[in-house]
Amino acid sequence: MIRIANGQGFWGDWLEAPVRLVNGGPLDYLTLDYLAEVTMSILQKQRKADPNLGYARDFPPLVARIARQIRDQGIRLIANAGGVNPIACAREVRRLAPGLRVAVVLGDDLMDHLDELMAGGHELRNIDTGEPLAGVRSAVQSANAYIGAFPLAEALRTGANIVITGRCADAALALAPMIHEFGWTPNDWNLLAAGVIAGHVIECGAQATGGNCHADWQSTPDFAHIGYPIIEADSGGTMAIAKHENTGGRVTLATVKEQLVYEIGDPRRYMTPDVIADFTSIQLQDDGPDRVRITGAEGRPRPDTLKVSLSYHYGWKATGTLVYSAPDALAKARVADDVVRQRLADLGLQFEKIHTEFFGVNACHGHLAPRVAEPAEVQLRIGVRDRQKAPVERFTRELIPLVLSGPPTATGYGEGRPPVREIVAYWPTLVRREMVRTRVEVAE
Amino acid sequence: MKIPLSQMAHARSGDKGDISNVGVIALLPEYYPVLVREVTAERVKAHFGPLVKGTVTRYELPNLAALNFVMEQALDGGGTISLRTDAQGKTHGAALLTLEIEVSADELAID
Repeated sequence: MIRIANGQGFWGDWLEAPVRLVNGGPLDYLTLDYLAEVTMSILQKQRKADPNLGYARDFPPLVARIARQIRDQGIRLIANAGGVNPIACAREVRRLAPGLRVAVVLGDDLMDHLDELMAGGHELRNIDTGEPLAGVRSAVQSANAYIGAFPLAEALRTGANIVITGRCADAALALAPMIHEFGWTPNDWNLLAAGVIAGHVIECGAQATGGNCHADWQSTPDFAHIGYPIIEADSGGTMAIAKHENTGGRVTLATVKEQLVYEIGDPRRYMTPDVIADFTSIQLQDDGPDRVRITGAEGRPRPDTLKVSLSYHYGWKATGTLVYSAPDALAKARVADDVVRQRLADLGLQFEKIHTEFFGVNACHGHLAPRVAEPAEVQLRIGVRDRQKAPVERFTRELIPLVLSGPPTATGYGEGRPPVREIVAYWPTLVRREMVRTRVEVAE
Repeated sequence: MKIPLSQMAHARSGDKGDISNVGVIALLPEYYPVLVREVTAERVKAHFGPLVKGTVTRYELPNLAALNFVMEQALDGGGTISLRTDAQGKTHGAALLTLEIEVSADELAID
């Protein structure tokens, strides 16, 4: 049996979680997931500005904090912290934590191969809309294939203490050590499915252990010290989800079920680079305090394609807010919204979209929100977006004047004009898997 | 009698591009057939109204006593494009739990 934990559900997750995991109890592998869908485009820009950047900058200092435990306890680290520059990431890790062996998995970055792929007849159509990439090719900022767990397992075979990857399937981080330790092969579909499903449960960190869990949330113990999830995996494909003793949160059927259904499509066909997992095949069992067992996983052969996530420049947006107090807070905010829209129209400005929310009344749930008779205050929140930057810039000047020239009691404008933000949009597509060639390099 | 779905289920929601998915899980396994009968894709689509512009597809997970609703064009363009506070559909699960369903006293009383 091996123990695989996840200490980071996204870049920006709790900095203390990985440290608490290596100090809080037995562990064989620690995985860290840093890459959200649009993170890669931010990292591409950073690398353009400085060829030594383009990776998750939180990662090397974290390795330095836990280097002693990695060495003394033999815990191995697997992280997609490499972003678009895994080599630079490895270099910085070795500078801050000398003496640890670092392996890097390369090959997910397709940015330099896009034209070659398109010339070869790959249209790189958007999975959601069906449009070919040609229409936005010049605006593309990053292109990365989701690679599977086998290249990561190959990196573990080098004996590395730390494996750094760029884009990989989230669940691959946890599946790789199982392939490495148990000798699973690409045809072990049911075993791979078991690993993928367990990996899916832990990939969002504390969302498996009581975080963001609706079920009786008021009784969740000690959010402040919530334990991050650990898989106890055996070679036969039985998985238990657990957490360290004396930590907050909880592992129950409810917390595991909520994470199982999180961000999935067809549960019979959960697509990964290594296997198509069937979430309807598994059985869950309450296996003692803070322990849930997953058995019976079934999988089907992996797809012939790999998912590629591209990002491209889309346009610009800005969101501004003003607060109105009672009495008549909502009525005042409605009038203010009308005033802003009228002034934008008088200026002849056109937007792809203007969106208004009355925060405290309907921002999250729209018409489904419970009626509030007389809110103490309402935040007017107006957002605009457009392909052109100029109208968005001009919009950012139109909110604060209402403090003096609109309905009474406008306040909460202390942050000044809202910033104009670039919209980098996401373009999911597929490529035949043989178009993506991975390789492992050991940094020594 | 009419009850809110929250009396029989819990939920979690998230995003993939402009798609929001809501997993609805029976609080007791015995409630699952009621969810299958009451919480149809059509009713979910009608419940969300203008918040969800595209198709709603329902998938069944009887082994977890859960349903998964995949809602297209549900996030004003999704992630970075969306102007909504809840651009990732994080609160769609809670919103779906306000759906009113019709159950008998017997169906609710199982314990």
